[in-house]
Amino acid sequence: MTATFEAFQTRAAAVSAEVHRFATRHEGLAFIECFLREVGVSEAPGSGALWVDGSFLEGIGSAHVTSQVPGVSFEVTREAAAVAKVGISQLDWAIAGTGTLVQDATAVEKRLVSTLPPIHLAVLGTERILADFNSVLQRLQPEQINYIAFITGPSRTADIERVLTIGVHGPERLIVVVVDDFEKVTA
Amino acid sequence: MTTEFKDSIETALHNPNLTGALGRFSEAYRISRAKAYEGIDFEAVRDRIAEVKGKASSRFEELAEQFKANAERRGAKVFRTSDPAEVKRYILDLAKAQNVQSVVKSKSMASEEIHLNKAFEQAGIQVDETDLGEWIIQLAHQTPSHMVMPAIHMTKEEVAEVFSQEVEAGQAPDIPKLVKFARGKLRPKFLAADMGITGANIAVAETGSLVIITNEGNARLVTTLPRIHVAIVGIEKLVAQVADIDPILTALPRSATGQLLTSYVSMLSGQVPNTDGSPKDLHIILMDNHRSDMVKDPKFKEALQCIRCATCLNVCPVFRLVGGHVFGKTYTGGIGTILTAWFDELKKSEDIQGLCIQCGSCVPVCPGKIDIPGLILELRRRLVVEQGQSLAMKAIFGVVNNRRLFHSMLRMAAVTQKPFKQGRFIRHLPLFLSDMTDFRSLPAIAPEPFRDKIKAIAQPKQAEKVVFYAGCLIDFAYPETGTALVKILNKAGIEVVFPEDQTCCGAPARYSGAYEVAAQNARDNIKALLETDATYVVSACPTCTVALKHDFLDTFKTLGITDAMGEAQRLSDRTIDFSSLVKKLVDEGRLTFKEGQHLGKITYHDSCHLKRTLKATDEPRELLQKAGHELAEMYECDTCCGMAGSYSLKLPEISAPILERKLKNIKDTGADKVVMDCPGCVMQIRGGLDKDGSPIQVEHTAERLEDRFE
Repeated sequence: MTATFEAFQTRAAAVSAEVHRFATRHEGLAFIECFLREVGVSEAPGSGALWVDGSFLEGIGSAHVTSQVPGVSFEVTREAAAVAKVGISQLDWAIAGTGTLVQDATAVEKRLVSTLPPIHLAVLGTERILADFNSVLQRLQPEQINYIAFITGPSRTADIERVLTIGVHGPERLIVVVVDDFEKVTA
Repeated sequence: MTTEFKDSIETALHNPNLTGALGRFSEAYRISRAKAYEGIDFEAVRDRIAEVKGKASSRFEELAEQFKANAERRGAKVFRTSDPAEVKRYILDLAKAQNVQSVVKSKSMASEEIHLNKAFEQAGIQVDETDLGEWIIQLAHQTPSHMVMPAIHMTKEEVAEVFSQEVEAGQAPDIPKLVKFARGKLRPKFLAADMGITGANIAVAETGSLVIITNEGNARLVTTLPRIHVAIVGIEKLVAQVADIDPILTALPRSATGQLLTSYVSMLSGQVPNTDGSPKDLHIILMDNHRSDMVKDPKFKEALQCIRCATCLNVCPVFRLVGGHVFGKTYTGGIGTILTAWFDELKKSEDIQGLCIQCGSCVPVCPGKIDIPGLILELRRRLVVEQGQSLAMKAIFGVVNNRRLFHSMLRMAAVTQKPFKQGRFIRHLPLFLSDMTDFRSLPAIAPEPFRDKIKAIAQPKQAEKVVFYAGCLIDFAYPETGTALVKILNKAGIEVVFPEDQTCCGAPARYSGAYEVAAQNARDNIKALLETDATYVVSACPTCTVALKHDFLDTFKTLGITDAMGEAQRLSDRTIDFSSLVKKLVDEGRLTFKEGQHLGKITYHDSCHLKRTLKATDEPRELLQKAGHELAEMYECDTCCGMAGSYSLKLPEISAPILERKLKNIKDTGADKVVMDCPGCVMQIRGGLDKDGSPIQVEHTAERLEDRFE
C-alpha cells in the first residue's frame, strides 16, 4: 500500500500536483479546513469553495465544514462554480504509474468543480490507488459509465515557445488529499 | 518545383524565429521522448498499435456501424458521411435549428481539414478556438504549422502582437501573462457558448466511446458547458474494443509531448447531463473523406495507423528548418504530405513531397509503424506516372540508362572540368550550377576511374571470390576507396572481381520516382553481378548496397515485374556492405589487426542507409576502435548530412544548412578525423569542410582501415 502510494505521489508531484496523506478522515478534514482558510476561502464574492458531497463526510456532516469554514457551499451550480475559488470532489481511483486521478464524472457537478475554479482539491482513499490504467478500466467500465475523467496534475500548456505554463483553462493547482481509513465508508 | 514554393522555402530559411524555435525544440524533443519511454518496450507498444489500427482499418464499415449503434443506444446521434461539405451542412443546419449564437471548439484536426471555421463565419456564427495554440493561429488568420503545437512557429513577441491587435491593445511578451490573458478572455466564451465542438483521439466501436486527450482542460469545458456537443471524428480513429485504447494512450502522450500522460483524458460514452440537468444534445460525425479509399490501396493502407503524434515532424531534419507552413498543408511534415495527397489530392502534394530527404529518421520512432519515406517515394512515383518526368530529368536518365554513354561522359568530364579544378576539388561552378558549389566543394572526377585502376592491381589468385560493386562515386570520384577495399579483402585471402558491365544502381532514378529507369538499371546490374560465382557482392556505398539488397526487389514488385524476381532475390541474399563484411572476416579470424596501435581520436558519422536500412551501426565503430582509434561521438551522429543523392542538387538551400549543422557537430568533438561508410556523405562533408578551410580529414572507413591489418 505504502509503496503504491509513494509511486503515485512521486509521479503526481512530478506533474505539479500536491499530494498529502493522512491516517484518518478527521485528520484529512482538518488539513482541508486549514488549507481553505489559508487560501482565503470566505463568503466574500469570488472567494467561495464548492464541495460535491460524497462518502468522505459520512458521519461528519457537511454542516461541520460550513461551520468551520464559512464560504464553503455544497450547492453546486454552474453560476457558483464559475466564481468559486476552490472546487472539492471525491475521486474514485488513482493510477500509481502516471500519478493520475480517475473519476466517474457523469454527474455534471463533479465536472464543474474540477474544471472551473482555479484550485481543485481531490479526496481519495489510499486503497484506491491502483498500479495501472488497465486495472482502473476493469473497475470503471466505459460500457457502463458515460463520462470517465482522468486527471494528471493541473491544467497546462506549452503552446507559446514550448514554455510550460500551469493553469490555462482548468485548475492552476491540484491538491490531492489521500486518506487511509476511507475503506470503511467506501467499501 | 514551383517558383512560389521555392520562395516560401527561402522565406522560412531566413526567418530566425522559426528556425531557432524549431531547432531548439527538435533537440529538446529527443531527450524528453527518450525519458518518457524509460521502462517501456516501444517496439512492443507500436506492434500493438499497428495491429489494432491495421485490423480496425480493414473493417471500418463494420466498426463504424457498430460504433453508431452503441453510441445511439446511449443517446448520441451519429451521422456518417464521406463528404466534407456534408459535415459542414449538418453542423450549420443543427446550429440554425437550435438557434446557436456562438460556438467554442477544442482542437480538432478533422475540422481544420474541412475548413469548418470559415463555414461558421460565412453563416454569421461566432466561433472561437480554445486550445491556446489554435486560438493564436485563429486570431493571426493562419493555419496550424504543427499537429500537436499549432503555433510553434511563433515567438512570444509575435503572440503578444497578435493579442494586442486582435483582442486588446497593450499585451506584453510575457508568457505567463499571455496565458492568463487567454484564460480570462476565453472563459466567458466557454460559459456563453451554445455549441461545443471537439475531435476525438480514439473512437471505440464496442462501447460507442470517444477518448479525448488534452493538457489545457479546454475539451472538458467544451464538453461540459455548452448544451450541444458535436464531435467530428475521422473514421481512422475507430478501434474495435476498450482494450485497444491502452497502447495508443501509452504512446501518444510520450511521443507527442514527452509526457507519461496528458493532464486530461476524457472518455465520453453517450449523453451526459447538462448543467441545467437536461440531457446533452450529442452529435458524433464519422467522417470518411477518402480514408476508405486509402484502405483499398495496399501501399497506403498503413498510413491509417497514424495516431497524430507528430513525431515524424519533430525528428525531421528538413521540418526543423522550414516548418509546417512550407512542409505541408493542414496536416504537416512527413505524414502530412501523405494525408494531403489523399484527403486533398495527389497534385497538392507535388511540391511538398520533394522536401522529404529520405533519411529515414522518422521510421524507427513512428508509433504507428508507418514507412513514411517509403510512402512519400510512392507518391513521387505516382506523380511521375501521372504527370511524366521533366525534360531535364528525362535527358539525365536517358544517359544513365546507357552505361557506355554515361561512363564515356564521365570520362569526358574528367577532361572538361580542368578549368574549374583545384587539386581534388571543384570549388566554383559558373552560372546556374553555382548553387552546387556555394556551400561545399565538389569532388573532381578522378583522372583514372576505378574500373581502369583495378586492372593494374596485382591480386593473388584465390579460390574464394567476392564481387565488388563500386557505384558511380567510388568508380569515378573516389577510386582510392575501391583500392583500399581490394587491399583489405586480399589480406583475408579473397580475390576481388570487378564486373565491367556494372552500371548506376538506379537510386537516383528511383528517388526521383522514375521506377522504369530504375528497373532497367536493376536488370543490367543483376546480370553483371551474378555472372561470377562469388561468396558475396560487396559495396562500400550504403545507398548502392540498399539498392542491390532491397530496392531492386521493391522496384520490380511495384511495377509488377515477375520474371526477374528470382535473380533479384539471389543478388539480395549475396549482397553485404563493406563494414559488415570486414567485421565478419575479423570475427572469423581471417583478418587480424596490427597490435598496439594508438591512432588518435576520430568521430564517426552514421550514413542514413547504413544505419536505418542496413542497421550497421556497431560494425564500423568496432572496427575503427579495434584498429587503435579513440572514438569521440558527435552530437546527432546519425542525423543526415544533407547530401541525399540528387537532393542536394535540387534543394541546395536546404542541403546547405543541414550540412552546416553536421560540420559544427563534427568540429565540436575536437577530433581531427571524421570517418563514414558512404561516399555520398564523404562528398558532402569533405566538400563542406574544404569550403570552410577546416583541417579535419574526411575518410571512408575502408581508407581508414586500409593499412591496419597484419
